[in-house]
Amino acid sequence: MMINNFFILLRQELILSVLIFLLLFIKLGKDRSNENILNIINVALFINLAAGFCCMHEGSLFSGMFTTNALVAFQKNILNLAIWIISMQSFAWLKTHKHVIEFYILLLTSLLGMYFMISSGNLLMFYLGLEMSTIPLAAAANFDLTKKKSSEAAMKLIISSAFASGILLLGISFLYGTSGTLSFEILPAHLGNNPLQIFAFILFMSGFAFKISAVPFHLWTADVYEGAPVAVTSFLSVISKAAVLFAFGTVLYKVFEPIANTWYAVLVVLSFATILIGNLFAIRQENFKRFLAFSSIAQVGFILIGLSGSSQAGLASLVYFILIYVFSNLAAFGVVSLVSALTGKENIADFKGFYKTNPTLSWVLTIALFSLAGVPPTAGFFGKLFLLMAGAAKDNYWLITFAALNMVISFYYYLRIVKSIFMEPNEQPIQKLAIPVVSKFAMYLCVAGIIITGLASVVYDYIYSLSFGL
Amino acid sequence: MSNYLYLAWIPLLPLATFVLLGLFGRKYFAKTAGIIGTASLLTSTLLSFVAARQYFLEDGKVNGAYQKIIALKYTWLEFSPNVSIDMGIIVDPISIMMLIVVTSVSLMVHIFSLGYMKGEERFATYYAFLSLFTFSMLGLILSSNIFQVYMFWELVGVSSFLLIGYYFNKPSAVAASKKAFIVTRFADLGFLIGILILGFYGGTMDISLLIEKLTVTSSAAFVNITTASFLGASMLTWGLTLIFVGGAGKSAMFPLHIWLPDAMEGPTPVSALIHAATMVVAGVYLVARLFPVYSMDESALTIVTYVGAFSALLAAIIACTQTDIKRVLAYSTMSQIGYMMFALGISKNGGENGLGYMASMFHLFTHAFFKSLLFLGAGSVIHMVHSNEMKDMGGLRKLMPVTHIAFLIACLAIAGIPPFAGFFSKEEILLAAFHANKLIYGVALVTAGLTSFYMFRLYFSIFWSKESTVHNNHGEGPWTMKLPLIILAICAVGVGFVPFSQFVTSDGIALTTHIDLLFSIAPVGLTLVAILLAASFYKTQNNKPEKAALAFGGFYTAAHKKFYVDEVYLFITKKIIFPLIGQPIAWADKYIVDGFMLALANTTAKLSTSIKGLQSGKVQNYALYFFGGVLALSILFIYIWK
Repeated sequence: MMINNFFILLRQELILSVLIFLLLFIKLGKDRSNENILNIINVALFINLAAGFCCMHEGSLFSGMFTTNALVAFQKNILNLAIWIISMQSFAWLKTHKHVIEFYILLLTSLLGMYFMISSGNLLMFYLGLEMSTIPLAAAANFDLTKKKSSEAAMKLIISSAFASGILLLGISFLYGTSGTLSFEILPAHLGNNPLQIFAFILFMSGFAFKISAVPFHLWTADVYEGAPVAVTSFLSVISKAAVLFAFGTVLYKVFEPIANTWYAVLVVLSFATILIGNLFAIRQENFKRFLAFSSIAQVGFILIGLSGSSQAGLASLVYFILIYVFSNLAAFGVVSLVSALTGKENIADFKGFYKTNPTLSWVLTIALFSLAGVPPTAGFFGKLFLLMAGAAKDNYWLITFAALNMVISFYYYLRIVKSIFMEPNEQPIQKLAIPVVSKFAMYLCVAGIIITGLASVVYDYIYSLSFGL
Repeated sequence: MSNYLYLAWIPLLPLATFVLLGLFGRKYFAKTAGIIGTASLLTSTLLSFVAARQYFLEDGKVNGAYQKIIALKYTWLEFSPNVSIDMGIIVDPISIMMLIVVTSVSLMVHIFSLGYMKGEERFATYYAFLSLFTFSMLGLILSSNIFQVYMFWELVGVSSFLLIGYYFNKPSAVAASKKAFIVTRFADLGFLIGILILGFYGGTMDISLLIEKLTVTSSAAFVNITTASFLGASMLTWGLTLIFVGGAGKSAMFPLHIWLPDAMEGPTPVSALIHAATMVVAGVYLVARLFPVYSMDESALTIVTYVGAFSALLAAIIACTQTDIKRVLAYSTMSQIGYMMFALGISKNGGENGLGYMASMFHLFTHAFFKSLLFLGAGSVIHMVHSNEMKDMGGLRKLMPVTHIAFLIACLAIAGIPPFAGFFSKEEILLAAFHANKLIYGVALVTAGLTSFYMFRLYFSIFWSKESTVHNNHGEGPWTMKLPLIILAICAVGVGFVPFSQFVTSDGIALTTHIDLLFSIAPVGLTLVAILLAASFYKTQNNKPEKAALAFGGFYTAAHKKFYVDEVYLFITKKIIFPLIGQPIAWADKYIVDGFMLALANTTAKLSTSIKGLQSGKVQNYALYFFGGVLALSILFIYIWK
């Protein structure tokens, strides 16, 4: 029974570990063509995703260090979906790369770390998972081996992460010092509104805020996003953020419940600053990846508003929005990644007249941007609406109005790009691109996701039924 | 209850066309896209007429009143156990009427474009966008849930953005489409908040249920929404006003009208579709759709009335000063929609007092035909002279006989000369205004006079004025361009005779109306004077008067005197009214109202530039800000905000 439990509860982690070892063996074995390897990996990642949906049991292992339930399993599935899509989209870039296998080993190790972080039942486990997810990413950020910017991005990521981890660890130490425990089960009983614990919480939270690039802990984001290869940028902006937000939601709702008033106020301040600064910076970006970096900062601000709702709907709208965000952001990154891999162009101005040469990609990008902007009837609209509705449960109407106004501002800069794509002439537009079949499939998957997630009510209903409130 | 499910096909056909042409149009249907689009819309139009016949003549009426029928309904999204969003199809007199209007006008535009847009490089894309727009508009009309309305509302915005910006190598067109989108977005934000307020207090977003709950003064929902207040107004007023703001954005009511004149940069048939008959009346339709709720709140209706009346007058004055023929038509549209709005505003719900509602809908109906005729006629003229400016036109009546007659009919219709369509609907509006509010009646009367003045100024400048300098090398255009003009001209004469009050009223019960000849003397008389005035100004810019004076010596003095009178009029209008009233208003409109929006955009951009120093690229700085953030949060939450 014990063994059985072990395999069932830990199955997602185990599959991933097996996959990592498998890749090591392929590396040691005879030389295969990149295309072959990529196809094997894509199939394996799909199996990984499919396997995630069976046996979503609830339980805990290692004396409470590791816990899982249907919501956690679903969150991991969202991450599995995202990495599958990213993998398919990077096909064109990786096909010619020398170190494909190492690249996947790094990404999958990072993902494994995230699994443990989401499933953690103890602050120590949580910290280990977080570190395990960060360090491989710094190496992956350096994977455009010939580009200086890529190395710069890696350096910036690792130094900033180290700094943030230090602060986070200090917070954990204070929590341990004042409560005598690290377990999620026991900790709430020892928490109160005394200054040292609030200070500890703020340190802890800053570490989180760094990972999800909430303002003012966001400054590393743009440089790293711009320098890193597009596949890593999409990993950082989608998977990394999603994992931390999932963990964040659980920790806030379960562990820090006794000081809910404090974290509610902190969330309000952070979301206000994040939306404002993210939007203001996004307006003036010329590089597409930097632009997506800042726009994703603003998106996080909206997520924090939903989270501040502290209700079942709050958590549900967070998970729902992230699912939509996976589709929309990856669709946008997918197009940018293709263009970058095949032509090396990454500026918004390069996309002028894009529609003339690449109508399909233009539509994909437009739908993705509309979803990110929250234009109905794309799913992004429902995602944002539900976040704001969840946030409105706290009667903080000024914040909601502010957020809604910022939605309008964000329309401006998303629309600017749509305008260049469709309406601006260009002497030398990006030539017609030959899209690999898998990338095409990934893009259609994203577009279908953007449309269906919003229109089919079952998705949200399902997530709602898994969620919990304060 | 009979089956209206087939109504779903009416919007679905254009949607299918859009998907087909959008995906494969450029490759496979580069030449035939127009035929495909037109054929699919023709089917939709026929279905609309079948539906109208079934509803109005066969089974819509129960116990003497037309019923609201929900043809289709299913739960779409469930946010939490007590908040959910439905989707459905609503069948009632106004939705059927709008179906007829939108499909007919859209069909005419589709046919007209076959000739007008022929040879355009992106012909298939154009028809794809047209279909998308028509789909969204039809979906908007049939929505049974305000949230669904909102979704289609946004879709209408997106597709009109694409259409206005169709000539994407013209920078002004691109700027215009962006302006239209952003301005209406601000308005739509108000709309969304308004919907959420009504939905929150009413506990539902279903239109029929909402009306049921919010029109019974004793219901809990009604008591809650009227007692809760914010900044001195009840939540009902706030909700309805915000929804009206959304409507005002799409319908170009002051001060949200600034996008409309610029939007004339789009292809002219597009203007006929979007800016004459469909999108711009969406705001009116929205208020009409929720009218029973509006009628419960005096303050919201007052706002609707005065915004409508002010816009009507303002736009009419500005229209007199414009020289671009499409801009004249744009302001004219704004003015006529103002008419419809205030007619709703002064109306009550039900019975004889609901005359304003019925008149407003009637005017919407007739206006759609003659205004789209005017736009298409203008399209023909522009096609001929390749210019939008009046000074490049003149004397075109011989070159373009069909357009000339059609345009004249449309002008007579909009001026309200019996028996043309505009006369009947305008008369009802004036009658309703006369009984409800004398001030509004006065404004309406003045606007009516101005309307006929600027319309005939337009007419004479295009078709008379001087000898034509245009060399006719391609004729008046192919039959595809003439046929819609002829059909619409017949409509502009005929639709006034539709016994509208039998079908569309605020409570579904037929209303008896009659034209009071005595009452009509004032407006019709004023209109005639205005037309004569316009004729004397703009018809004779040639030397005929001098020749006449030489030939008929005895008449010379009289002719001279007439000329003298003209001078006085000219002095008053050109030297006093135009520069002192018209131009300042046009100026304020351009610089103050427009400027405010511009300032808002500039401030955001400036703020954005001023903080760019934060992002220095140095990691040590980032660490410093990080640490600063931690400290600030700590101080804030430990010492200040406990």
